[in-house]
Amino acid sequence: MNGVWGVARHSSRHPEAPARAGVSKDARTVDEAFRRHGTEALATLIRLVGDFDLAEEGLQEAFAAAAVAWRDAPPANPRAWLITVGRRRALDQLRRRIAFRARQDQLEAEAEIEHQAAPEDVDEAAAAFGDDDLLRLVFTCCHPALSLEAQVALTLRTVCSLSTAQVARAFLVSEETMAQRLVRAKAKIRAAGIPYRTPPRELLDERIQGVLAVIYLVFTEAYAGDPRQSLAAEAIGLARRLAALLPGRGAVQGLLALMLLHEARRPARWNAAGDLVLLEDQDRALWDAGMIAEGLALVEPALKAQTPPSPYAVQAAIAALHGQARTAAETDWRQIVSLYAVLMRLSPSPVIELNHAAALAMVDGPAAGLRMVEALTARGSLAGYDALPATRADLLRRLGRAGDARTAYEEALRLARHDPERRFFRRRLAELEAR
Amino acid sequence: MQYMLLIYSAESDDQSQNQAQLMADYGAFTQSIIQTGAFKSADRLKPVSTATTVRVRDGKTLTTDGPFAETREQLGGYYLVEAKDLDEATAIAARIPTAKHGSIEVRPVWAMG
Repeated sequence: MNGVWGVARHSSRHPEAPARAGVSKDARTVDEAFRRHGTEALATLIRLVGDFDLAEEGLQEAFAAAAVAWRDAPPANPRAWLITVGRRRALDQLRRRIAFRARQDQLEAEAEIEHQAAPEDVDEAAAAFGDDDLLRLVFTCCHPALSLEAQVALTLRTVCSLSTAQVARAFLVSEETMAQRLVRAKAKIRAAGIPYRTPPRELLDERIQGVLAVIYLVFTEAYAGDPRQSLAAEAIGLARRLAALLPGRGAVQGLLALMLLHEARRPARWNAAGDLVLLEDQDRALWDAGMIAEGLALVEPALKAQTPPSPYAVQAAIAALHGQARTAAETDWRQIVSLYAVLMRLSPSPVIELNHAAALAMVDGPAAGLRMVEALTARGSLAGYDALPATRADLLRRLGRAGDARTAYEEALRLARHDPERRFFRRRLAELEAR
Repeated sequence: MQYMLLIYSAESDDQSQNQAQLMADYGAFTQSIIQTGAFKSADRLKPVSTATTVRVRDGKTLTTDGPFAETREQLGGYYLVEAKDLDEATAIAARIPTAKHGSIEVRPVWAMG
């Protein structure tokens, strides 16, 4: 991951791990354990202990203990060690809360923790962790009883291991505010009895859609309001794990493919001056070939996995056609247009309609595209979305209607939410002035 | 865990239902959760026009005609159920006949003792 931000992210992973500018071998070993095992250890601990906060505290104490105990040599199975110690620490923590709980509650809670098929020695703990635990964690964080905002925040924090500060930046709020939101979300899980489990078969499909919606949101929203920074890596990482744990699901494979194919183009999306580079102008040599290959390989399985195909799979197929074209001129726009038609049937939306219009213009000419865009505008859809007047402006420009194009670019400029877009619209306006 | 399932609907929407069918549906639903053991209690409330709201401020009792807030959907009844978790409680709530035209609020109840 490039940039200062990327570096900062890697050095402050799991439960608010003390900042380690550490050079010693021991510090690096423990940091390594944080990164590799933190999320999974937490997922299992939550199951064993039955409480998010207690599990997090237990894990935090286990990390602190590891810093000392692993000084001579790290254990053969670090994850199992963290789980075993974390569980004991969580139990200690629970006993320390005697003063704050009714006796009844506390006895019940202790019995619960003991009752879980809880391993006493480290080897059993190794068996105790399963991929299932990670799925449990993801589905719980994305439970529909939590607000979408809470789902995203909780997923970023507990599954993607971002610090509270980083999650706060993603939402453009203070760390204090975000800490409160996370506390409330976990409190609701506990108080309302949200079960810590992978949903049963009859609920699985709709719950998977919920998880994918969260992942997609993480992928598409700019980090800290800067479109050049994003949490795309987190979203892709999570989708990869989901695809491994829930194989053969078109929606999961489709979303993963879509994100990979889109993210692969990032290096070409902005020039050195920080200006937007349109798809047709991008230097395709800068695209990440590995990601494109990974994405392409998923598209067909994703489309075939279910009938009708998942909209994510169809969007991935469209992205694949761009990814496969060696030059902009070689893009198979006809195929893209028919895929948009399929997408409109499966999952109609004004944004998809807008993209459909832009693709249609590449096949049937700008006038055809403009007709669709004007129908959208007349319906009042996408009011306030800068891409609508921007698309209209582009089509008008190509039709030689400079005056109308200028008006549309001015509207786009008013609606633009980020500086690169504003600069781009101003450039277009300047070009049109020069005529 | 116990959950209160609070049944909200607009009375005009209630009137436009087939009353006999609604009664039959409620009967069937209630029987089914009695059988599974989920049922704890339930009541149907008299119409909102019979409501009175009481507040005590600065030692003065203020009594006003009507529900505590004028909202389009109003409380019409409730079920108190035993369920193992929120998913089970929401599954039960979704089967309440009024869920199709109104809203069911699912609220966990503090355990006593």
